[in-house]
Amino acid sequence: MAGKPKLHYTKGRGKMESIRWLLAAAGVEFEEEFIEKKEDLEKLRNDGSLMFQQVPMVEIDGMKMVQSRAILNYIAAKYNLYGKDLKERAWIDMYVEGTTDLMGMIMHLPFQPADTKEKNLALIIERATTRYFPVYEKALKDHGHDYLVGNKLSWADIHLLEAILMVEECKPDVLSAFPLLQAFKGRTSNIPTIKKFLQPGSQRKPPPDEKSVANVKKIFNM
Amino acid sequence: MAAKPKLHYPNGRGRMESIRWLLAAAGVEFDECFLETKDHLTKLKKDGFLLFQQVPMVEIDGMKMVQTRAILNYIAAKYNLYGKDLKERALIDMYVEGLLDLNELIMHHCIQPADKKEQHLATIEDKATNRYFPVFEKVLKDHGQDFLVGNQFSRADVQLLETILMAEECKPDILAQFPLLQVTEWTVLMSFKARISNIPTIKKFLQPGSQRKPPLKEEDLPKIMKIFH
Repeated sequence: MAGKPKLHYTKGRGKMESIRWLLAAAGVEFEEEFIEKKEDLEKLRNDGSLMFQQVPMVEIDGMKMVQSRAILNYIAAKYNLYGKDLKERAWIDMYVEGTTDLMGMIMHLPFQPADTKEKNLALIIERATTRYFPVYEKALKDHGHDYLVGNKLSWADIHLLEAILMVEECKPDVLSAFPLLQAFKGRTSNIPTIKKFLQPGSQRKPPPDEKSVANVKKIFNM
Repeated sequence: MAAKPKLHYPNGRGRMESIRWLLAAAGVEFDECFLETKDHLTKLKKDGFLLFQQVPMVEIDGMKMVQTRAILNYIAAKYNLYGKDLKERALIDMYVEGLLDLNELIMHHCIQPADKKEQHLATIEDKATNRYFPVFEKVLKDHGQDFLVGNQFSRADVQLLETILMAEECKPDILAQFPLLQVTEWTVLMSFKARISNIPTIKKFLQPGSQRKPPLKEEDLPKIMKIFH
């Protein structure tokens, strides 16, 4: 029987969080090995475990996979969360790339100079409410289904929920003008695997704090 | 009969170039609509053609596709350049994502302030020769086959060639280096480059008059910036 996937990353969200979400939503149990200091990263590099000397790295099905999109694509396809044909896949990819761009802005926030924080935060909220959320609200409105693509749960839905929750951490009422996204959030959060992941004690990671940001900077020489 | 794909982007490489490469390699003819002014971009946005208000946008098979990776994934799968199963796809994705990271680094060279340019070039050289090229040299050496994955031409090969050529534009002898700590010459990558360049569709794309775009000239940068800002 195949071993559980094993995730190698720091003990924080970063580029691994979407992978944790997807595995959890798919009901796949996984283990984690945390990089706590520079030496841990060096060891992975020296062992030849990291194709491009970078994490995330996920040991899965006999592979040491790197590059978050490669890992996410593999998991989505393996667990039937990637649509039923090329065209559905195309829509899922477009939606996911949008939420990736939005979450990327939030991910980078703690690493920007302190005096740009307020401006960057305002830009995130502006982009969320004028560029990204309207797209997903409209998609749900146009077809009236519970899920973004193909009337079936897919990676796009899981990623959108993750993005919504992340933006809400920046501004709790950010969904006020998006009734369908509010309903989507409620509905998707109640899917059993996702509900479990949202409960305390799961492998979901909290937002970064000052200490974890400082540690990440040290480990990755930022 | 299906119309040709239509690409919407400025008349330059940017994020559209990998898409041009992949379509050309697959032998797919395409049309291009060049964004020359900010008004042009604004019109595309107002007409509701850009899902996230951004280009690249490619009209293909009745869709107005956006997001470079979504577009590349679709083309690769449609034209059988994405491996034969999940595991080959995984390898292709890993290789392509690494190469796109290097591409991105090279792409940003032209917007570096003058006092940072030299250091940035050194970073590109360092990453290309220490992080990325050794991986592909080893992959090809280990299996001894002509193509990176599954003994069959795939998007990974197209992306590697594109990236090698871009890196060589930064430093022409980058493939002939003798990195300090290794006595290695990228012999396998050099023969890969020659072999893939000779594939008929790619050979055609590499000839003058094709839709391949030249590197961005510094004097053209302000015009591009004006479209987007």
